[in-house]
Formats: sequence, structure tokens, C-alpha cells
Amino acid sequence: MAVMTYRVLVVDDSKLARMAVAKALRTLQPEWTRVEATNADEALALVRDSAVDIALLDFNMPGRDGLDLAADLRKLHPTMPVAVISANTQVEIVNRTREIGASFLPKPLADPALKEFLAAAALHLASVAR
Amino acid sequence: MTDPVQTELDEFELDALTELVNLGVSRAATNLRDMVGQQVLLSVPTVALMSRERAIEVLGEREPKRLIAVHQVFEGDITGRALLIFPEIKSLELVRAVTGSDLPLEDIIELEQEALTETGNVVLNGCLATIANLLHRRLKISLPELLRGEGPEFFNLAPPPERGDVVIFIYINFVVKKHDVSGYIAMLMDMPSLSALKGLLRDFIYRATGDGAPDGDIPA
Repeated sequence: MAVMTYRVLVVDDSKLARMAVAKALRTLQPEWTRVEATNADEALALVRDSAVDIALLDFNMPGRDGLDLAADLRKLHPTMPVAVISANTQVEIVNRTREIGASFLPKPLADPALKEFLAAAALHLASVAR
Repeated sequence: MTDPVQTELDEFELDALTELVNLGVSRAATNLRDMVGQQVLLSVPTVALMSRERAIEVLGEREPKRLIAVHQVFEGDITGRALLIFPEIKSLELVRAVTGSDLPLEDIIELEQEALTETGNVVLNGCLATIANLLHRRLKISLPELLRGEGPEFFNLAPPPERGDVVIFIYINFVVKKHDVSGYIAMLMDMPSLSALKGLLRDFIYRATGDGAPDGDIPA
């Protein structure tokens, strides 16, 4: 059976942060594809127009923040694995992330944390697809 | 007209600096949250390089009243000052927020100096230490000092600044909702420090993205 490849949405207003995530994804899952957005509105438009399997969202962005976006994405696609990435590890933010049903990953993003999230996401998507 | 110092960092370097500041301030907010026992809301930071004169104007436009600032000097490959600035009128509210609201006013007043310098220390150190770590550099950070006055005084501290130094002005609004307290962070550095920072940012970009050579070829 062929190994599934997934399409990951990366949302961050910082180009540097998007590139850092892209680098980590290339290392961890070289076969997976990636789409990028710089804010929540762009991200939602992308999700409407093309299939996205997994989302990695920055928290602190101009316009609507990553938590609002995570909530929208979970409403549109209840089975989509979503992670919110931030150095802002205040308990209120981490808790809200979990309430939405998303994962919280600390920034700067470390490969092991992302690897663990992606592995769990792939497992989840495979079980949903069955 | 654009401020001439703005051209000292290119767009991608400014993006990297903004992201560094974002990381630093987010960590600092987490520390502050533990002090005040409730969520600290942060705006998206905008980072701009500007001349000292322009920074004074900007601060004057945003906060025309008297201000209070906690000030720390950092020294290392880059040398400068960091300031946590907020309206003086909010000072006792911030003290209330970090000490617990039920203290009588005379205690709040007595604690003001100590509570504010400690708050500034936690916020500025959290921010500077995160930035220094990410740049793989060590910064020596002085003890916090409390200042009262207006923008021009904060941006013209002794020893007199070198000619042509710049202010990295970080507009970041932090809000402690229950106490209606908000403030800004500013950093000042001279031109030699700015060119050192430029080099460190390029190394940081290289490490973060793994693209291009450390001294060039970084896509704009």
C-alpha cells in the first residue's frame, strides 16, 4: 500500500516563520505538500478553494488571530488536525486551543514537537479515511 | 518622506526582527501573566526603525501625557537600552495588578517603585533574553531603573547618545484587562550595534530557514 501524503496549510504573517515551518516539514515529511497564507482570511479562502488536510497556525497575527482561525477551520472541517503555534504560552491561550480541539505547539517550533503532532495527525487522518 | 534609517535593514531582516520581538514579547507576556494572575492580551507587534527625533514624535502622538518607564541597559555584540513605557496615570493600577488588588492605597504607593521595577525587569529580561538566545549571543543586562517624564527625556538619557543612533521602536500594546493597563516597549541602539544586529539577523535567518548562504542569497 502506498504511503499517504498530505497537504499542510501553514499560516503565519512572518515570512521567516513560514520558511522555518517549511524547512521542518521538508525534513520530517519530504513527500507532503504545503500551501501558505499570511492571515486568517487568506487561509479560509485557500481552504475553500483547495483540499487541505492539516493546518499549522501562528497565534499572534494581524486581523483575526490563530485561535479564531482554528475555531473556523474546525467548524468547516471537524476532522482536520489543527495546531496553533506560539511563544505565548499563557494558560488561557493553551486551554482555549485545547477547547477548540486543536493542539498547542510552542514557538520557536522544535522538530520533535512538530514530528509528534504530524505523526498523530497522519494516524488520525488514516483512521478517519477508513 | 521615509525615515532614512529604515533602509538599514531590508524587508526580510525586518520581518525576522519582528518575529524575534514577537517571540520575546510573547514569552515576556507569559511571565507577566504569572505575576498578575490573569491573561495579558498582546497586540501584534510592529517594529520600525526610526531616528530618535521621530520616535519622540511618535510617542508624543500616541501618549501625550506624562509617562513612566522601566529602563535597562543591555551590553554585548549589540549595546543599547530597552524601555517599558506606560502612562504615569496607570502606574498604581499596574502595581495593583501585580500585588493583588485588595491592598490599601498607602501600601500600593509604598510598593510602587519596587513593584514597577520588578515588573519591568520580568518583561524586559524575558524579551531580551529570548532575543539573545535566538541570536546565539549573550547580553549583559543592567538592573532596572524607574524613570518618570516624557518621551524626549526617555530617548535622551545620559551618557549622551552618539550621533545618528536609531531607535527600534516596537509598538506592542499589552493589556491587563481587569486593570485597564497598557504599555509599549522601545529599544534604542546606535549605528554600530545596528550593523552588528543586521549580521546576527542574517545568521538567524539562515539557521531558521536553511536556505541560501549565511552571507547572501537570501530570497527577499
